[in-house]
Amino acid sequence: MKNHLKVLRAQRDWTQAQLATVLDVSRQTVNAIEKGKFDPSLPLAFKIARLFDRSIEEVFLDETT
Amino acid sequence: MNTELNKPATSLVNKTLNLALWTGAWLLATALAVFGPQLAWDFQTSLTLAAVTLQLAAGGGMALACVQHLRGLDELQRKIQLDATGATLIAGMVMAGSYQILEEIRLITFQPEISHLMVAMAITYMCMVFRGYRRYQ
Repeated sequence: MKNHLKVLRAQRDWTQAQLATVLDVSRQTVNAIEKGKFDPSLPLAFKIARLFDRSIEEVFLDETT
Repeated sequence: MNTELNKPATSLVNKTLNLALWTGAWLLATALAVFGPQLAWDFQTSLTLAAVTLQLAAGGGMALACVQHLRGLDELQRKIQLDATGATLIAGMVMAGSYQILEEIRLITFQPEISHLMVAMAITYMCMVFRGYRRYQ
């Protein structure tokens, strides 16, 4: 699933490690989500959206529609 | 955004170390239960029972440490562990099924042992975990 996580993170000038720490996940998980290799669970997706003050649809793009 | 928020990572390191310690304890307790009766106390039943009880207790501790370790992982790490565990289980069943008939059909001359299967499963598990971490890099 594509997403804007990398852009949103860059806008805040955060490293993957810093974002991972805030989200309470590993840096590898942030990297995998940014690259679209791993789709986060709904709770983690909500957490990410809340952190960047966006809706889930603004962060994650559903490629099937 | 530094020391205070690094606590989860530190906690995972502690849980991993805890699991390593319990695994080492189980290994030592298993060695004691296997070699103790022959080499140390000449098959005295009470001491052998104590050694087996110790082995089971250490095994229980290792299992609990493993559960705590898994709970400390994030969702991607859990997925990698789940994939590796599933593959190991299936590979173990397949290998066990084949391995047990090898002696009967005279392809090997030695008695199949459970320890060989445990080593094969451990190698499978490590390979699958390595593959999982590489895949999501």
